[in-house]
Amino acid sequence: MNQLSQTLGETLGRIGGVNLLPVAVGLIAFVLIGAPSSWVTLTVAGLSMGMMIFLMASGLSLIFGLMDVMNFGHSAFVSFGAFVSASALAYMSGWLGADSIFLNILALFLAFAAALAFGLVAGWFFEVVIIKPVYHDHLRQILITMGALIVSEQIILAVWGGAPVSVPRPAFLEGSWLLGDVTIEIYRAFAFALGLAVYIALYFVLKRTRIGLLIRAGVENREMVEALGFKINRLFVGVFMVGSALAALGGAMWAGYETLITPALGGEMMIVVFIVVIIGGLGSVEGTLLGAIMVGLMANYIGFLAPKLALASNMILMMAILLWRPSGLKPAVK
Amino acid sequence: MTQDTTKGALFIKATVLTLGALLLFAPFLFQDTRSLEVAARICIFVVLVASYDLLIGYTGIVSFAHTMFFGFGAYGAAIALKKMGPGWDAVLVGTLAGLAVSIVVAIAVGLLSLRVKAIFFAMITLAAASVALVLASQLSDLTGGEDGITYKAPQIFKTATKLMVDENGKVARLFGVKLNGKLAAYYFVFASCLALFVLCLRMVGSPLGTVLKAIRENEARAEAIGYRVVAYRTFVFVIAAIAASLAGTIYAVWLKYTGPDTALSFTIMIDILLMVVIGGMGTMYGAVIGATLLVIAQYYLRDLMGAASEALHGWPLLPELFAPDRWLLWLGIIFILLVYFFPKGIAGTISAMGARS
Repeated sequence: MNQLSQTLGETLGRIGGVNLLPVAVGLIAFVLIGAPSSWVTLTVAGLSMGMMIFLMASGLSLIFGLMDVMNFGHSAFVSFGAFVSASALAYMSGWLGADSIFLNILALFLAFAAALAFGLVAGWFFEVVIIKPVYHDHLRQILITMGALIVSEQIILAVWGGAPVSVPRPAFLEGSWLLGDVTIEIYRAFAFALGLAVYIALYFVLKRTRIGLLIRAGVENREMVEALGFKINRLFVGVFMVGSALAALGGAMWAGYETLITPALGGEMMIVVFIVVIIGGLGSVEGTLLGAIMVGLMANYIGFLAPKLALASNMILMMAILLWRPSGLKPAVK
Repeated sequence: MTQDTTKGALFIKATVLTLGALLLFAPFLFQDTRSLEVAARICIFVVLVASYDLLIGYTGIVSFAHTMFFGFGAYGAAIALKKMGPGWDAVLVGTLAGLAVSIVVAIAVGLLSLRVKAIFFAMITLAAASVALVLASQLSDLTGGEDGITYKAPQIFKTATKLMVDENGKVARLFGVKLNGKLAAYYFVFASCLALFVLCLRMVGSPLGTVLKAIRENEARAEAIGYRVVAYRTFVFVIAAIAASLAGTIYAVWLKYTGPDTALSFTIMIDILLMVVIGGMGTMYGAVIGATLLVIAQYYLRDLMGAASEALHGWPLLPELFAPDRWLLWLGIIFILLVYFFPKGIAGTISAMGARS
């Protein structure tokens, strides 16, 4: 019996180990749901939701892994990204409604660029002004970033007001594709593709470039990298800026997905992002992707199978995974 | 311990005693309903902040689930009073139910996550608190959803109840204050909060408090001396949860209304954080000062900011920033500056003054 479970474990490990978890969840859900067409729709929705959450969460995880800094104000970038891109899209509404697909794409691109630029600048400000003085002091880090979150939420309320803001979508992303009896919203497919592209880009930067090598080494053992003469602090500012910009991009995508956003958006996403980061294991991009996809899939499947349970599903998932693996699925930080 | 002998420490103690006396005589000193409301809220928040200080100031663990326990207590009393009618039996049942839920959840969360880093714990408590908030608004059969529950308090706390009557059969007055049920309710709140605060104060003065401080300062060393860190942390987390739950019950009885905004919302957690940091972490007396300052600011600062917003009319964005609803913005900025420059807060900073003179 023991031997059997051991060989089984080894085989599972060879084909992918914890990476198989989303597949297993998908298969179980397929059996439970029964109808293939709704299963495909739900899976696509879950994957695209997971990708957007991945965009928001990846920066947070890397920041923590590299510098042992936990930014409780991370969700502020998500909401700022959402509101900045919503404003930019509203400003260019003429281009969005235009018949030319080129103008459509340009408007969307500019809105995302605005969110990204805002995330970069705000991330730089956040890192240098707010977080730098409290490195290596977790208690004050939590307090200060929480304070920054309060202030930024209030700024959003002051600038955009408390009423929900509607987000215009470019014409070419409206509607859905019909494949047989399966409907796939175009925006969801787009969100999935964009998230995947960002993941591949991150993966290549981290695994194939010199900077990525330094970041991974820094996550593993910061003192050693510093001792070899590299300025981890400067690298960290860069990672922080990129992480914040990705969160802003995630927020912008989410705004287009929801089409109606309120200032409460950041707070709602923060919990999900934290759960994803905890599930995935702090400091690893693959772990975050895995966690985000799990959360996205579970939310959609359970929302369909047992709507009453949906609100607690993330929490249950986190509890289960923490009991099984206390430091997350793929931790990079020891 | 030189801390207790400095002039600053004496000043802080005197301030706290003065505030206590003001709260004790509040119904006689400030004779309008709004002031009484403010005084009762201060009492409740002193307990909440003091019990939170046990966690953040004395043991060095950051929990974002303190309002969750407050809410358990409040909803326990509210549901019991609603279903069983106004009476002391309902209050008792509600209190015990709230306490039981709080203790079970605190032990579960504590054992599951207090082993890990402070940051993990903060994130997990935040997630748990948000689930509690969502549950409260979803289970509307039990909790009344977003609208909350309105109910009646026990007979003696009703405004119409006459505690004493004069010769004409009307409610008797003492120094011009009607001796009615409202007064009894206030003193119920005051006395129970005082008892809970004194208990917290006693706890940090006991050997247990010393162990907690040792854990805060150096976890590994405390473990090496032979104190079981996880057990102590879980224990103090449960104690804080009990205090918060009782405070919630008292507040529910006083307010005769319980809803997500008054008992569970994240803004209360932010208020508690602001109070404990502004008052001074790890001082206990800071809880009184922080809670008083912030509650008064909440009630009266808005009027002031409204006036400022009016005065700035015509400028771009400035009236928005000074709008009465934006008072949290300024408190948030003050909060950040305090954490940078005066991490000990008001009580801690003043206590340290005069130490060398």
